[in-house]
Amino acid sequence: MKYPTLTDAEARDLRALAGEMIPASTTYNVPGADDDLIFADILRSLERDTADARTALAHLAKLAGGAFADLPADRRRAVAATFKQQGGAPLFALNRVVLLCYYRDDRVMRSLGQEPRPPFPKGHVVEQGDWSLLDPVKKRAPIWRRAD
Amino acid sequence: MVNFNGVGGSTIMYTAHYPRLKPSDFRVKTLDGVADDWPIDYQTLEPFFAENDRMTGVSGLAGDPAYPPKQPPMPPIPMGKSGQRLAQAMNKLGWHWWPSDTSIATVDYEGRGRCLNLGHCTPGCAQGAKASTDITYWPAALRAGVELRTRARVCEITVDPNGMATGAVYYDEKGLKHFQPAEMVILACNGVGTPRLMLNSQSGKFPNGIANTSDQVGRNLMFHPYAFTYGYVDEPLDGNHGPPLCLWSHEFYETDKARDFVRGYIFQFGRGTGSIVEAITSTANGRLPWGEDHHKVYRSLLNRRIYLAAICEDLPEAHNRVTLDPAIKDSNGIPAPRIDYTVSDNSRRMMAHAHARATEVLKAAGAHTIAYDEVPNSGWHLLGTARMGTDPERSVVNGWGRCHDVKNLFIVDGSIWVTSGGVNPTSTIQALALYIADSIKKHLADGTLFE
Repeated sequence: MKYPTLTDAEARDLRALAGEMIPASTTYNVPGADDDLIFADILRSLERDTADARTALAHLAKLAGGAFADLPADRRRAVAATFKQQGGAPLFALNRVVLLCYYRDDRVMRSLGQEPRPPFPKGHVVEQGDWSLLDPVKKRAPIWRRAD
Repeated sequence: MVNFNGVGGSTIMYTAHYPRLKPSDFRVKTLDGVADDWPIDYQTLEPFFAENDRMTGVSGLAGDPAYPPKQPPMPPIPMGKSGQRLAQAMNKLGWHWWPSDTSIATVDYEGRGRCLNLGHCTPGCAQGAKASTDITYWPAALRAGVELRTRARVCEITVDPNGMATGAVYYDEKGLKHFQPAEMVILACNGVGTPRLMLNSQSGKFPNGIANTSDQVGRNLMFHPYAFTYGYVDEPLDGNHGPPLCLWSHEFYETDKARDFVRGYIFQFGRGTGSIVEAITSTANGRLPWGEDHHKVYRSLLNRRIYLAAICEDLPEAHNRVTLDPAIKDSNGIPAPRIDYTVSDNSRRMMAHAHARATEVLKAAGAHTIAYDEVPNSGWHLLGTARMGTDPERSVVNGWGRCHDVKNLFIVDGSIWVTSGGVNPTSTIQALALYIADSIKKHLADGTLFE
């Protein structure tokens, strides 16, 4: 299925917003959501959410009084806070795509102690647990109700 | 509403939690004075539950005091760190818990590989460890000579002047209309699809839809109102590794007159969520900020969530119903189903009770930041809209799935449920289908199939 793409101006605003949502961190050694690779993934992944993203970005530009990306840093932060507070389904959709792409980035996954790989075919190990915890439950009389 | 179409149907899109209905569920009127009794009982279905467990490949642990004796063919899924934490909490409270029956292979089983703890059970299992009917029943049916016709959308069941079904009209993938004649028609479209098709099958004999002289087709729609409660602990647990649901509790399943509601619910315990879901849901709920603090807060949430959800019994009410939408149609021009549904006061009180008990469990498990989501219109278990019964004026099918009005039309899905119970329905729907198939064979053999 073919989806429309964002205009250059919309993409600039979205990138600036993504950087406000999740900035790079030297403490955790992770890029921000406005990183080249992550942002390219965001643009590719908007797909069915493109219309919502456009609606959200139009509202963002209205709050900014023009291009959000051109605002000075402190003003940008204030506009982003207002935008987040107002919420709404279009913003939720846009935010979902940003988070989806950010948390599947290899560098981010490694910083979280995750292996950057799909779960299949290697799978994961889950410990069996201590089945003796069931001992007190096993001592209970039947709790199902007889119906005959 | 959650509907999934494809070979394997709703068993593709489910979490493989596999409790059965219980003996009391079939005698709700007798025991509690509400709704109606089923025309069959647990004992009738017991051999079909066992056969279905074998065909499906069910894992679990025998000896659960919440059920009559049963023997799942495979050992249970692992408790993991999350399950142990929740189990310890339940023991502190002295409440029932048990490893869940699941339709997930925990050992190599009938050509299926064992569970690898991939974690993404609900939308489908890459390993094939989760039982869905495309890999359990369908291969057996195909080997037995059944022809599977995919991308066919049935719009009508036709009848002859004697009121017997004559076949199905369907659209193929190119939108071309076909008629498939049949000696016998069996519906398995579940609680929304089945009444939609029946109501759309109008004729001179059945102007209000096939087999609907009782006006019960589409009525008594039941979901399972869902009370979801979660919290965060101070150490990383399993996250989304392993099947999401690991334990159940039937502590509050049976009616207790001391409570302000009738009937009850099962708790299903979840081991956690994945990193992306955690980020999305926590942002939506305002826990996860934007900006510098995002990373620190996120790391305090990741893999630390545990949850439990109550599957609340929804009693049948005639006004909760599926009808045909007068305006909306699908791409073949078939009227869309319209849903009218109101959550009952009994369900609301039950959900409130479940949230309160779940909060106690989470606190006993050392959780903080406890929150809950009510999903009262949880449209994923679709039940009751062509119910079973002995009275043709108050039910659509008889005690073995045959329509009262059309004696060669059978229904084998969740629409025939009389009451919803408080458990996930797949195991019981499948056992009912086996029971009805067996009944058809017996009645065919003794010449009473269409009498």
